[in-house]
Amino acid sequence: MKIIKIDKKIWSDGVEKSRDSYRLIGPVKDREFHQFRELAKGEQPDMNYKNSRLSPKSIAFPQSETMFIYDLDEKAEEHHIMQDAEKDYSPRAVIGIRPYDAKAFKILDLNFNNSDYQDPYWVNAYNCTTFISLAVNSPDKFDFSTSCATGPFDDSAVDVLLVDYNDSYLAKIMTDKGLAWLNAAGFTTKNGEIDGAVTGVSEAGEDIYEIIEKLKADAESKIRSKISFDKIKEKSILDIFNAPFWEDIAFACLNCGTCTYSCPTCWCFDIQDETNGRKGIRQKNWDSCMTPLFTVHATGHNPRHNDWERTRQRFMHKLKYFQDKYNQGIMCVGCGRCVEQCPANIDIRNICNQMNNGE
Amino acid sequence: MHNPYKPYPVRIDDIQIATEDKSLRTFKFVFLDPEDEERFAYKSGQFAELSIPGQGEIPIGIASSPTEKGFVMFTVFRTGKVTSYLHEMKVGDIMGIRGPLGNWYPWDKLEGKNILIIGGGFAFTTLRSSIKMVLDPPNRKKFGKIDVVYGARTPGMLLYKEELMEWEKRDDINIHITVDSTNDPNWKYHTGFVPTITEKVAPPADNDTYAIICGPPIMIKFTQPVLDKLGYEHDHIIMSLENRMKCGIGMCGRCNIGKELVCKDGPVFTLEQLNKTPREY
Ligand SMILES: Cc1cc2nc3c(=O)[nH]c(=O)nc-3n(C[C@H](O)[C@H](O)[C@H](O)COP(=O)(O)OP(=O)(O)OC[C@H]3O[C@@H](n4cnc5c(N)ncnc54)[C@H](O)[C@@H]3O)c2cc1C
Ligand code: SF4
Ligand code: SF4
Ligand code: FES
Repeated sequence: MKIIKIDKKIWSDGVEKSRDSYRLIGPVKDREFHQFRELAKGEQPDMNYKNSRLSPKSIAFPQSETMFIYDLDEKAEEHHIMQDAEKDYSPRAVIGIRPYDAKAFKILDLNFNNSDYQDPYWVNAYNCTTFISLAVNSPDKFDFSTSCATGPFDDSAVDVLLVDYNDSYLAKIMTDKGLAWLNAAGFTTKNGEIDGAVTGVSEAGEDIYEIIEKLKADAESKIRSKISFDKIKEKSILDIFNAPFWEDIAFACLNCGTCTYSCPTCWCFDIQDETNGRKGIRQKNWDSCMTPLFTVHATGHNPRHNDWERTRQRFMHKLKYFQDKYNQGIMCVGCGRCVEQCPANIDIRNICNQMNNGE
Repeated sequence: MHNPYKPYPVRIDDIQIATEDKSLRTFKFVFLDPEDEERFAYKSGQFAELSIPGQGEIPIGIASSPTEKGFVMFTVFRTGKVTSYLHEMKVGDIMGIRGPLGNWYPWDKLEGKNILIIGGGFAFTTLRSSIKMVLDPPNRKKFGKIDVVYGARTPGMLLYKEELMEWEKRDDINIHITVDSTNDPNWKYHTGFVPTITEKVAPPADNDTYAIICGPPIMIKFTQPVLDKLGYEHDHIIMSLENRMKCGIGMCGRCNIGKELVCKDGPVFTLEQLNKTPREY
């Protein structure tokens, strides 16, 4: 693994230059809050952003995505037959994504890309994306990512990890995909070789590896909240499902769905047709386990009729069913969005600890 | 990459009213591309998403048997948006089918065993597929004794009535038809609810006898104690579940019971498996 140092003075020009071979996505401020979206020509990712309200999962799992188009006009050729919608899977780079948000893609990938079925919209979009991630030097009080097998400097799901250091970004090059973007941005020497002067020890004689380790330790030490889920694993599904605390936990929950929409690891969706005149589209839309419509049968029977049963479903899925099914930790990267944004102060950290330690 | 959301285009080839109250219709579909029929190779117990552009998709059990070639058949109860629209469609109309989806009754495990099939109401569709399949001459000798208990509210509400009457006459299958009530003085089959008739006619429980149950929740609720009383072990009781579905491939997240997704890990489960999952169905 190599590290290069990028002077912030040449950063914007490089980003702009990489546009010749990439579509760029990054955090931009939209009125009050940041969101991830495609950057217009000349538009730069805001590298000073704290967090985005919605997670960047929309890069490969958009809130609303057209899968097919159809024509209901009987005179039209191939009428009533679903046709593939046009897609652009040319290379794209997402710049400034947080390491734990990148890690969330690995979790979604377990769902959308398995040995039985592959969701082509997810797989193609994920594959064509290069993750230029930005480490979090100052995690906020909602962040508990270090408990979730990731963290503010996690480099396991990214192509490049940028570390903000004074007037520079230190760029850890994790994959060839990452190197290719750095080349396209002109941050490496012409032939793609990494300039010896900027690896290891810099001109100023500082050890770059050590600097990164120190920044990482500082960042991680700022994260005070911890969760444990080891005992959740050992208990049976029915024991936790039937635990006495669920109605209390869910008492304040409005079932508004804010947590599910803002979450980088929530993957539930709906399929809907939308017709305009004789033409229409079939779409995949984000859905939420918090709504009664999610599960109600045509007969009116609803297996999760009560509000609190739907709240239970969210936490059972993330912290128990997922653990049991994949044996890869929990379905949460500890980004803290749901904790920060919940209007009822429902806190997954408390619920997790209660599931872990409660009777 | 194969796109599991993309339906195979089909043409409606035949529509039959299936019950006297006209609330159920049986549809036969033919694939526009004959090769799609091979791609759609299925087993009895599986389901498919019927896909009507502009209306949406509905999960429906496959009522035809893999031994029947040239078409696939479904029997649909008219209830909400998509099913009502389907009931208004005509022979010749074009739509789509996505699948086959889900698992099937465990035919490998059932080889050499006696099978008790218990069905009620319009959940009889995949059971019709199963009966048709096991009665196919090359298949029949693979299985032991076969008993079927099938009940409906009235004689006019029995699905696939002509076939039932034919099967009734055969000696390689015991068909026990029942209705809740009838004012037909010539009715020569059972009257009474499915659990009661099951108790009377079910073969004794043993290691070589399996029960397959498919029906409305109320029927399942009262049949299970009967099977318990008869001594059927819970790993010998096989059930097919229904939950609201969309994707049918285990991705959209709505049909779960615990960590199991009914669309992909089911819809067929043994009672022993269900005993370990939350009963969210
Ligand atoms: C595995 C399986 C097999 C089935 N087999 C049959 C069958 O052979 N014959 C039959 O008549 N019915 C069957 N059903 C039930 C059938 O799917 C619903 O009656 C149908 O989806 C209702 O759709 P709708 O648009 O008319 O109703 P609406 O209430 O308008 O429903 C809107 C949408 O919600 C979903 N939905 C609603 N209710 C259900 C439900 N109970 N199950 C699944 N999805 C639902 C569908 O996507 C539907 O399009 C089966 C269901 C499942 C899960
Ligand atoms: S937990 Fe909070 S954010 Fe989530 S549905 Fe309940 S009230 Fe809304
Ligand atoms: S559950 Fe909450 S903390 Fe965990 S990944 Fe989702 S939004 Fe972030
Ligand atoms: S219907 Fe989508 S997961 Fe089962």
